[in-house]
Amino acid sequence: MGKIIVVTSGKGGVGKTTSSASLATGLARRGFQTAVLDFDVGLRNLDLIMGCERRVVYDFVNVIQGDATLNQALIRDKRVENLYILPASQTKDKEALHQDGVAKVLEELSSRFEFIICDSPAGIEHGALMAMHFADEAIVVTNPEVSSVRDSDRILGLLQSKTVKAKNGEVVKEHLLLTRYDPERVQRGDMLSVEDVQEILAIPLLGVIPESKAVLTASNSGEPVILDEVSDAGQAYDDAVSRLLGEDVPQRFIKPVKKGFFSRLLGG
Amino acid sequence: MGIFSYFRSKKATAQVAKNRLQIIVAHERAQNSGYDFLPKLRQEILLVVQKYVHVELEHINVDVNRDGDCEVLEFNVTLPDSKS
Repeated sequence: MGKIIVVTSGKGGVGKTTSSASLATGLARRGFQTAVLDFDVGLRNLDLIMGCERRVVYDFVNVIQGDATLNQALIRDKRVENLYILPASQTKDKEALHQDGVAKVLEELSSRFEFIICDSPAGIEHGALMAMHFADEAIVVTNPEVSSVRDSDRILGLLQSKTVKAKNGEVVKEHLLLTRYDPERVQRGDMLSVEDVQEILAIPLLGVIPESKAVLTASNSGEPVILDEVSDAGQAYDDAVSRLLGEDVPQRFIKPVKKGFFSRLLGG
Repeated sequence: MGIFSYFRSKKATAQVAKNRLQIIVAHERAQNSGYDFLPKLRQEILLVVQKYVHVELEHINVDVNRDGDCEVLEFNVTLPDSKS
């Protein structure tokens, strides 16, 4: 039985898709059979971030409606073995992602894959609720910023009330992934610190992804940023994958980089 | 932090953000406690209380508060002034 992990946030633009793509790629690189699913019907983007947008033939909704088999719709990643992408539909109605259909697709996936990563749409509407509904674990992507933290708290409430696990009296295991973190601004007192966010949300920390230029360059070329192994963001995602697998890895990117005398003097 | 920023007095806003968040999050958690039945429960309590005392819905408060691992369901009924 594969493990179903939803990547969610409530707020848009905090890095759900970037994180889904990188975490799925990281898991597959370590030899786990991994599928990553886009639940954002009408606004699909995972295919672009994964660099497989030209290879989409069938999508999630086609599989649910029986127009294609799961095998026909899954796109095999060309760079990493064991990694498959199920794109969202760009044209169909959002309601097409109904609960029974999603349940069937996830059931079939979980017999074949060890990890199923569900990239949730923003908001707390149907698509987001479907993405989290069958989850065993949740990665809550949060920016160190007031509106994102508030929305994450809201999502945490839904995870523990609207999911199958919650309805069976179980708990969805939660992880905090803090993205776009700028240690220098934190040190200056301009940005909420990891500790601040953790104190408010009170869930275990999976990782801190620093604000990084590598994220944009990676998405420009359709390569999950985790494959950019020299970048800070890539390394931070790789550490997060280790922690997801239960390893104890220290946080590396929460302190400002020490600067030379001149750059400090000039404020560079 | 350049040499110029030492002359600018800047207030740390992260602390302000944290304080605001703590307040709003605590408030919203109490409201979205995950128990959909609270409004209905409140209505039914009103009917029971009304058998004995005349109160309005706004005099009845139902809250779920978290205290560590423990959840406390709290009812508050404000009774009207007995002389009126």
